[in-house]
Amino acid sequence: MIEVKNIVKKFGAFAALDGVDLKVADGELLALLGPSGSGKTTLLRIIAGLDWPDTGEVSFDGENALAHAASERHVGFVFQHYALFRHMTVFENVAFGLRVQPRAVRKDEAGIRARVKELLDLVQLDWLSNRYPSQLSGGQRQRIALARALAIEPRILLLDEPFGALDAKVRKELRQWLRSLHHEIHVTSIFVTHDQEEALEVANRVVVMDKGRIEQIGTPGEVYDNPATAFVHGFIGESIVLPVEVYDGCVRLGGKQLNILADGVSPGLSKLFVRRHDMQVGPAGSGSLDGAVRHVRTFGPIQRAEVALSAGDGETVIEIDAPRDRELQTGDIVGLQPRRYRIFAAQE
Amino acid sequence: MSELQSYLSSARDDLRTEPRPVRIVIIAIAVIFLVVFVVLPLVVVFAQAFSKGIGAYLSALSDPEAWSAIRLTLLVAAISVSLNLVFGVIAAWAIAKFEFRGKTFLISLIDLPFSVSPVISGLVFVLLFGGQGYWGPWLQAHNIQVLFAVPGIALATIFVTFPFVARALIPLMQEQGTLEEEAAISLGASGLQTFFRVTLPNIKWGVLYGVLLCNARAMGEFGAVSVVSGHIRGETNTMPLLVEILYNEYQFVSSFAIASLLAMLALITLVAKTILEQHLDEGQQPRGD
Repeated sequence: MIEVKNIVKKFGAFAALDGVDLKVADGELLALLGPSGSGKTTLLRIIAGLDWPDTGEVSFDGENALAHAASERHVGFVFQHYALFRHMTVFENVAFGLRVQPRAVRKDEAGIRARVKELLDLVQLDWLSNRYPSQLSGGQRQRIALARALAIEPRILLLDEPFGALDAKVRKELRQWLRSLHHEIHVTSIFVTHDQEEALEVANRVVVMDKGRIEQIGTPGEVYDNPATAFVHGFIGESIVLPVEVYDGCVRLGGKQLNILADGVSPGLSKLFVRRHDMQVGPAGSGSLDGAVRHVRTFGPIQRAEVALSAGDGETVIEIDAPRDRELQTGDIVGLQPRRYRIFAAQE
Repeated sequence: MSELQSYLSSARDDLRTEPRPVRIVIIAIAVIFLVVFVVLPLVVVFAQAFSKGIGAYLSALSDPEAWSAIRLTLLVAAISVSLNLVFGVIAAWAIAKFEFRGKTFLISLIDLPFSVSPVISGLVFVLLFGGQGYWGPWLQAHNIQVLFAVPGIALATIFVTFPFVARALIPLMQEQGTLEEEAAISLGASGLQTFFRVTLPNIKWGVLYGVLLCNARAMGEFGAVSVVSGHIRGETNTMPLLVEILYNEYQFVSSFAIASLLAMLALITLVAKTILEQHLDEGQQPRGD
């Protein structure tokens, strides 16, 4: 088990990590998800020993990892831009971790060859073993970087934006491949991503980070359906955000009372979050809000409509996803009612 | 019609580049300048060296004084190039891979020998090691000869040539960053293993390039060496110093014979430099996706 306790890391006045606690169980596939600058890569590098925290603890199976240099931690690190050794063949890249082992534990040449072959078979790139990194495609480099990291039989595998530099199609393939690879070898893995879809699709658990803090830890379902904070709701999945006022258990938008419960939110200015598809569309007057359809685009099973709300200053425009059982037209006046929603107190 | 076409096409040429006469003039100026200032002197050196036939040329080179100068020059170059190789790699490593206070200052300090007149560089060593210098009396008391001997010549040469290797490596290493080193360390490599297996192979063409330029300058250095050498015949004269001495004594064939060796060194350096630059370009090609 990897345990991170109260990690603080500052770069000058900027706090990259501001009190982070995290436990990662053996065999987990965990995603660190957040916008750029949220501290996720710094956390990964601290676990690997490539950066050092100002304060806090990192332990692997109860043993203090900060007492060991990166080279002694047995952590497999896959860099965002792969960092393959450009002057070595694919074979030598994968063999590197085996060749630099102390003589007492180092495998003989035949043992190294067998192990490298095994790893190249695992990533299905055995046929590339004599090529140089510059001769490989992005996806191939990514898999070689992974094989190289796995060669040392790491106790944890850390991946920094593993699919960040790849084009969309290769990304999709590699995601599924990574998940099935994890299923096969079951090494505890943490990967960093800014792409929520990637995190939700690949990971068993997702850690959502913002501004050096952890906002929420949960399964993909939990963070999507029950976001703990306004940030998580806004960051994961598309949301409609409306500025509301909570008063006496009632929720008002621009002075108009909405037919929803305040959910125990303390009185004052708040934000109402609704998923696009959680906005029920009916005839005018059927819901808490009325609005004029400005524009409709239809694709697949849904129609996406821009609706100008009549409440408030009349200029608030939201995007909703409605099923196609009832065709919307530009100019229609529709009634809207949030089916599922969350209210968070507005910050500051 | 065809007149119109040719008019249009020449008009288009004019827009794309300078008019033909201007191009010819510019290229001609460059070529003439190079011929007068570079090619002619080279030709003159070889012409003078062989003016009394190949026999005279060979006997000038086999003169004991010439041999001594050649040996000294090679020895001094070997010492200063190898020391500057170590120093240059270490300095470039420090500057490119670590962040520390005073880094900019260190970079400008490395460039200092380029901006100081070589004569001054020589004088500095006279002030330090000379009879009236800071360490002169102590050295004399211990019977250590620095000035007017090989150590002094080597020191002056090292000083004058130390920017070459570092200068060749700093931009290269900065461009390459530290990611591959981090990867090596995370795979369990020690500092030395990382250096010899990852860093050094990545910079080897840059190292050779720096060594080449350093060597050319070390063998050709005149000013600084002239101040510290003492011009003891057959002992502390390097090739450039001997060229001057022989010339002043009107021994033109001998003088230009040795000069021709230095000129050949320059030509070989030029060819080798071109080849190395090609390798460096290949190494720096962006690794496109």
